[in-house]
Formats: sequence, structure tokens, C-alpha cells
Amino acid sequence: MIIHVENPALEIHNLTVSYHRKPVLWDIDLTVPQGTLAGIIGPNGAGKSTLIKSVMGLLPADSGYAQMFGEPLDRVRRRVSYVPQRESVDWDFPASALDVALMGRYARLGLFRRPRAADREMAMDCLKKVGMDGFAARQISQLSGGQQQRVFLARALAQDADLYLMDEPFAGIDAATEAAVIQLLTEMKQAGKTVIVVHHDLQSAADYFDWIVLLNMRLVASGPTDQIFTQELLERAYGGRLNVLSQVGELLQKQQFPARERKG
Amino acid sequence: MDAFWIILTGSLVAISCGTLGCYLVLRKMAMVGDAISHAVLPGIVLAFLFSGSRDPFTMLLGAGAVGLLSTFLIETIHRRGQLQEDASIGVVFTFLFAVGVILISMYAGQVDLDQDCVLYGEIAYVPLDLLYTKSGASLGPRTVWILGGVLLAVIALVSFAYKELAATTFDSQFAAAIGISTTLWHYALMGAVSLTTVASFESVGAVLVVAFLVIPPATAFLLTDKLPVMLGLSAVVGILSAAGGYALAVAIDGSIAGAMAVVGGAEFALALLFSPRYGIPARIKRKTHEELPSVS
Amino acid sequence: MDTILDALMLSNPNVRYVVFGSVLLGCAAAVVGAFTVLRKRSLVGDAVAHSVLPGVCGAFLVTQTKHPLALLIGAFISGWLSLVVIDFITRKTRVKEDSAIGIVLSVFFGAGILMLTAIQQTGSAAQSGLDKFLFGKAASMLLDDVMIFGGVAALLIAIVALFFKEFFLLSFDRDFARVIGLRVPLLDLLLSTMTVLAVVVGIQAVGVVLMAALLITPAAAARYWTERLGIMVVLAGLFGMMAGVTGAYISTAAPSMPTGPWIVVVTSVVFLLSVLFAPRRGVVAQAVRYKRNRTQITDENILKALYQMGESASEFTTVHSTEEIHGHRRMQLLTLQQGLARLRRQGYVEHHHRGWCLTSEGIERGKRVARLHRLWEVYLSRHLHLAPDHVHDSAESIEHILTPELEEQLASELNYPEVDPHNSPIPYRKKAKQKPETGTRNA
Repeated sequence: MIIHVENPALEIHNLTVSYHRKPVLWDIDLTVPQGTLAGIIGPNGAGKSTLIKSVMGLLPADSGYAQMFGEPLDRVRRRVSYVPQRESVDWDFPASALDVALMGRYARLGLFRRPRAADREMAMDCLKKVGMDGFAARQISQLSGGQQQRVFLARALAQDADLYLMDEPFAGIDAATEAAVIQLLTEMKQAGKTVIVVHHDLQSAADYFDWIVLLNMRLVASGPTDQIFTQELLERAYGGRLNVLSQVGELLQKQQFPARERKG
Repeated sequence: MDAFWIILTGSLVAISCGTLGCYLVLRKMAMVGDAISHAVLPGIVLAFLFSGSRDPFTMLLGAGAVGLLSTFLIETIHRRGQLQEDASIGVVFTFLFAVGVILISMYAGQVDLDQDCVLYGEIAYVPLDLLYTKSGASLGPRTVWILGGVLLAVIALVSFAYKELAATTFDSQFAAAIGISTTLWHYALMGAVSLTTVASFESVGAVLVVAFLVIPPATAFLLTDKLPVMLGLSAVVGILSAAGGYALAVAIDGSIAGAMAVVGGAEFALALLFSPRYGIPARIKRKTHEELPSVS
Repeated sequence: MDTILDALMLSNPNVRYVVFGSVLLGCAAAVVGAFTVLRKRSLVGDAVAHSVLPGVCGAFLVTQTKHPLALLIGAFISGWLSLVVIDFITRKTRVKEDSAIGIVLSVFFGAGILMLTAIQQTGSAAQSGLDKFLFGKAASMLLDDVMIFGGVAALLIAIVALFFKEFFLLSFDRDFARVIGLRVPLLDLLLSTMTVLAVVVGIQAVGVVLMAALLITPAAAARYWTERLGIMVVLAGLFGMMAGVTGAYISTAAPSMPTGPWIVVVTSVVFLLSVLFAPRRGVVAQAVRYKRNRTQITDENILKALYQMGESASEFTTVHSTEEIHGHRRMQLLTLQQGLARLRRQGYVEHHHRGWCLTSEGIERGKRVARLHRLWEVYLSRHLHLAPDHVHDSAESIEHILTPELEEQLASELNYPEVDPHNSPIPYRKKAKQKPETGTRNA
């Protein structure tokens, strides 16, 4: 069950991504409509984070491409915001919550330009939206995991983008923060933004998202939650790997064979 | 007057190295700095041999390029050669440094360096090599002018590219996602480290370059939570080690560079003991009396 | 020339034990270093190497002699201390390991330099040899030195042999080692102690500045030749012995040369050769494999093209001109010509006047490629739910790599489909539907 839409916020076309020459994502082909809160769901090692990293150009693709609002990333970078996993940075970095939120404004400033007073105000507003204005001056390592995640969200809000890609924003945070964050994401959706979230918890997925992408090294399903959240599709996504696919992947790695023939 | 020039030279090296070192320490690349500081040696010797002079531009650019090359080699062997990074660093810098030492002993007559000077420099000779105006008035030591120029370049880099360096250092994935080239800023930083190393090498040697790249930033890191403050404190710590090191060296009649490193180490130890937030006693106290900050 | 002969023939007893000692030192450092590298502690090794200098100087200051035992003890103490300090800083403060290593390395070494220069200023005659510890000088080893340092080296090698299984587990999977009841902290302690000792004996040959190379480089080079730890350790030991011999020879033959740098350069050359020529992981081997893959792709694409052209005419032995083939399958003309010539030599195509046709072997191989291509397309459309216009690209690559076993598995999993998503028939081998094929590929 793969449902495609017209005028998508995100379109992924035939995307194959390898890690050490072993494909971890095979021929992903999907669209996500604008103004949705979408979840990318799948078991551990399904390639969920890899998918959005590749969409953001952080990992090279063997084949295929991604477009946002019908354009390649480089032409719409300002309209796209990416929130990495919280564990991917060292929170001992000497910066305050406000400093991090302010980084969201960097995208709009040119090379060498310094943030202005208006940018600071905007960053402060975003901290307020995530309930962190009381901690603006606090060093980031002094914050709890949930608070750090909120600071990351504030940074994303400060980008004032139209499409948000978030990698596991609910990992390792307390229930109160999770509720606050999902509230915020829903508000963003209502304001016409598109939010795509990598999520590992199947239980909450049906409640949180109105569009679901089921992934397990290949695309299992993509569409509105009520159509995707079926026993059959979930079993297919979580019911283990495709044997032949895994074996071919290992063979490609062992033989150092290109997953795609070189063009030309 | 000699004491003044020596301490000034040490301080200039300390501020340049400490400023760049802050970024190295935060990027967990302190040992890459160590590698560069050794790897530039063959570049310096070759620049000597080819230019036959101490022309600062040949020197800075030629040897600086070798420094950059070493970081490139480390990355290539790590990524393409699939060797773990620490081993890659170890293999590359020991090789380049060894080549440099061999070149020095082969061309001992032509090269104004000796094996020991490579390690701990000849900062005591800095005041002997003066620059003069046409009319014969002394402008102070040559080295001070070169190091001063390098320091200005370093300050220019970190103030103009403050937000680019901060973003790529804190969260390289986010930086890349908003279109800041992580590769570009990585090599810009490495280039600056190479240039600074080359300029400092002759006067203070490899050891003190490493000491100034790592110790003042790490000390400052224990004392503050703000990047601009860390940059400033690192400079202060560096200047104090330069002055204190000179005093120590005079007192026991030993290597000035060695003494500056030792004093730097002592400052780090003091920060370790007395830093209000990140010192060891403070940490122990906090663990027993206070809980982690609670969620709002 | 005489010195070379002397060194090689080991005729001079003095040279003999210098060479013997150096070989032992190099071997011990490399063997212990292999575990240092595997535990990702290479740069800690570098710090320890720099940190023994104040110990050496301190021992001299206290005893006023250069007796090897005193220096060994002094070096051992300060080397150990550096390990403890690195560990302490890393665990008890927010300063990360790389900075801790840098701090300890530069402060200890700075202190060593300070002491060394201060000793030299006092001008006591006996000290003049201390600076050989900076860059090493194997030839200045006396019988006493060789006995003591060589003895320690031999002991280290023996311990590695004795505890090989335990060290292997420790480097490979600490948690597993702990679970099966190994005393991990004790083994850690033992390995760290051995690293310090390896450094202490190794500096006789290389000096403290470049000692890290003797720990790291042989192991890094050995890593390219094998996936097995036992072989890797033995290889590293051999490379280390080569380094030792080099050092002994250089310092005997060219006394004005610093020994350490030459040892490092020779070891680095071994490393470079390993990177280039090691069988699986070497650059050359990879390039060859790459070339072979490309050749295979080209050949099979040509055969497939000829097969498909025959398919549309229902006649597989028709002669096609090079231009015709080129029109059917776009590739560089030169590549096509070379490929055709190669296929002819291998008996897959025949050259007739102005054209090429498939031999019966060629038909089979071309058919197989076409079959794999179409089977993979079916697989993608059924299991990955890809639209028919999206399956071709992937199949263009996968058709070249499937083994006969995988082909059979694929076909039976798909239940031997008749046609691909584009409705092209899937050409099976006659009678082969139920049985696994026997190797037609890469014949």
C-alpha cells in the first residue's frame, strides 16, 4: 500500500542508500503531502534515520533523489529544517539554551553575518513556545534530556521553515515533555507546516500521526494512518527482513560491487 | 628587555594556539593538533632547502601546506583505507616527523635547525634576530612580527567566521543541513592550525605548540560555559604560562619551552581543583548534596 | 662496507648483541602495540612514550648513574603515572580523552625537557648520553642494557603468548569477557603495565618522541594482511623485528644519524606497502576487483544485448554488426569493441564477416543475464511494491551479481513467474525449473 499525492512536501524517488557498500535502503519511492504530521516507523535498523539523513544530503545516495516542494534541497534549504538525534551532539559544548536556539537563525544570515537583535528576540520567542524561556541562559549540559530536546525544537522553530524533518525527537524524554512536544507539532501542522518524524514507538504512532511511512530496509507502506495501520502491513514491516534482499546486500558488499551501474 | 621579548613571543604563540585549540578541544580533535604540530617539520626543512632563506612567506605557505596534507592523509587512511582514526593519526605524524628529523641530519649544514631545537625550540634566541628600519632603528625581533601577523589572521578568522565555526563544531549535521559546508570549515581550521604551528615552531618547538593548543583551552573549558569567555580565558591562561614558564626556566636554568608547558600543566591542575562548577571537589559536593536539575 | 658486513655477519660480538637486543625490543613493542591499537589506545601509547622522559631524567638525578635498572624503574613510574592521570582526567572531569592525552603528553614531556636541559647545564659528564633517549640510539646499548631490556622484552612476548586467549577476548568484546568470568580489570591492568614496559624498552632503539610508531605502525600494517588476530600479532611482531634490525644497522653504520627516525621510516614503508599490496584490503587488490567487476558488467551487457536482439527476431544466431549492437546498448564504442574481442577469445561470440553472433555458450549466458534481470524486476515489484517503470535500474546492477543459489531461491520464492513486469517472458533453462543450476556464471 503506497499512496502517492500531488504537490507533495517531500518526494523521494527511487532512493537507494548504502553503508560500506551494503544497501541499507532499497529503492525508496514515496510522497508525503503538505500540512501533515507524518511518522516514519519501523523496527531497529530499518534505515529510518538513514532515510532522512540522505534526504538532507548528509549521506550520499547510490541512486535516486529527494525533492521538497518540487525542488532539489539546495534551492529550498531555507524552507527545510532538520533536527538530528539528541545524542548526536556533545552537550558539554559551552553554550546556553538561547545560543543554541539562535543557531536556527544562522540559516537566514549570510556568510560572516552576525545575528542581530531581531534574531535574538525571535530565538527567545521560540524558547518560550517550547516552555524553555526560563532556562534561556542555562548552560545546555545543565538541562535534562527532555529540556535539551525542547531546545533543539526551539532551534528548529527559529528557522521558520515549512518542512521539518526530526530524528527521534521522543527518544529518552519524559512523558510530560512528550505530551508538550506532540502538542507543539500538532499546532505546527495546523499552521500549515509539514512535520516528518522518525519514531520508534508503535503504540503511540497511530495517535500521533496522520500519515505513516512503514519502513524496513525497503518501503513497506506509505499513506494515511487509518489505511496503513493494519495488522497485515505492520506484520510485514516488523516481521523480519526479506531474506533474498539481505543476501544480495551482503553479496554486493563482499564483492565490492556497485549497487548501481555507473552511468555513462 | 630580552625577558620581555621572550614572554611576548610565548604569549603570541599561546594566544594564537589557544584560540584555535578551543575549537580543536571542542571538536575532540586535540590529537590532530598534536599530529599537525609534528607533521609540519619536513615542510619547514624543505622550505629552508628550496628557498635557501627564512623568507616567512615561503615558510608559512610551504610548510603550512604540509600540515594540511597531513590532516588529509589522516582522513584518507581512516576513511578509504579503513584504519581506525587513532592509529591513522599515529602512523601519519610519526612518519612525517621522522622524515623531517632525517632531513635535518642530512642537510645539517644548510638548515638552520637542529634535532633538539625541533622539540623545544630556541625561544631564548628570539631577541637576537632583530628587524631594522632603513635608518637602522630596531623594530624588535623578526619572530614577534611574524607571530603578531599570524595572531591577527587567527583573530580575524574566529571573529568573522564565529557562527560558522560554532555551528560546525557544536552540531555538524545541523550545520550541513542549513548549508554551512563542514568540509570547508574543517580545512579552514586545520589550515589555520598548520600556519600557526609553522610560525611558532622555530621559536618554541613542537612540544610547546601542542601544550598551547590543548592546555589553555582545556583549562578554560573547566572554568566557563560560554564560548567567547572560553576563548578569552584560554588567552589569559596562555599568557600566564608564558610568563610563569619564563620565570621557572630562569630559576632552574632549563628549557623555556619545557617550563612553559609545565606551568600550563600546573594551571590546569589548579582549575581542576578549584573550578567552582567543574572542579573535582565541586563535582563531588554536587553529587552528594544536590540532585540533577529537575524538569520544569 | 665493513660495517654492513659486520652487522650482517654479526661477527663483532658488540654488534651481535645490539642486533639481538634490538630485534627483541622491536618485536616486543609491536606485539604489545597490536593490543594497544586494537583497544583503540594508540594515542595513549604515544602519551606514555613521551611521559617516560621525566622518569628517565629523575632516575638519573636520584642515582647519578645511567644504570639500566634505575632508568627502567624511573621510566616505568612516570609512564604509569601518565596513564593514571589520563584516566583520572577523562573520568572525573568534562575534559574528553583526546584533550587529556594532549595535556599529559605535553606537560610530562615538557617537564622531561626541562629536567634534561637543567641537567645538561650542570655539566656533569655522565649525563651527556641522556639525550639519546629523545631519538634513540640502539648502538650505544651495552651488554648490561641488552640483558635487562632484552630480558624485559622477552618476558613481554612470553606473557602475550601465555595470555593470548584472554587478551583476544578483552580487545574483541569486553562485555563478553566479563560475562564469561574473566577478570577484566586485572587484565586491563596487566595490558597497561605491559604497554608501559614495551615503551620503556623500546625507547632504547627509537627514542621517546617516535616510540609511538613502534607500537602503532607495525600493528596497523599487519591489520591489512589478515582478519585473524593471531596472525596479525605475529605479523606485527615480525615487522617490529625488521624495525629493530634496521635501527641496529643504521646506528652502527651511520653513527651520526638518529636511529629512531630511520626505524620509523622503514616501518612506515612497510605500512605503505601493506596498504597498497595486501591481498583483500590493499588498494591494488581493490582496484583489480573493481576492474574485474566492470569487465564482467560490460561482457554480460553485451551478451544480454545480443540475446535480446535475437529474442525479438526469435533467432539467436543472427550476425549483428558492431554498430547494431552499439545502437541497442549504449556504451563507449571502444569498450564495446574490447568487450567483443574478449568474449570471442572466451568463446561466447563468434566473429563473422562484418558482424558478431552468439555461440551456444553465449546464448546461455546472455539468457541467464536476461533471466536474472527479469526475475529481479518481478521481485522488486512484488516485494518492494515498486511500479514497473522503477524496477529497471536496480535490475541492471543486480543481474550481474546473483549466484546460482540465490537465483534458484529467488525463482522458487517467486514461484517461477512467466513474465516480468513489462510482460517480457522470463527465459528459464530447459528442464532446470526444479533443480538448482550448476555454475554457469564466471565460467
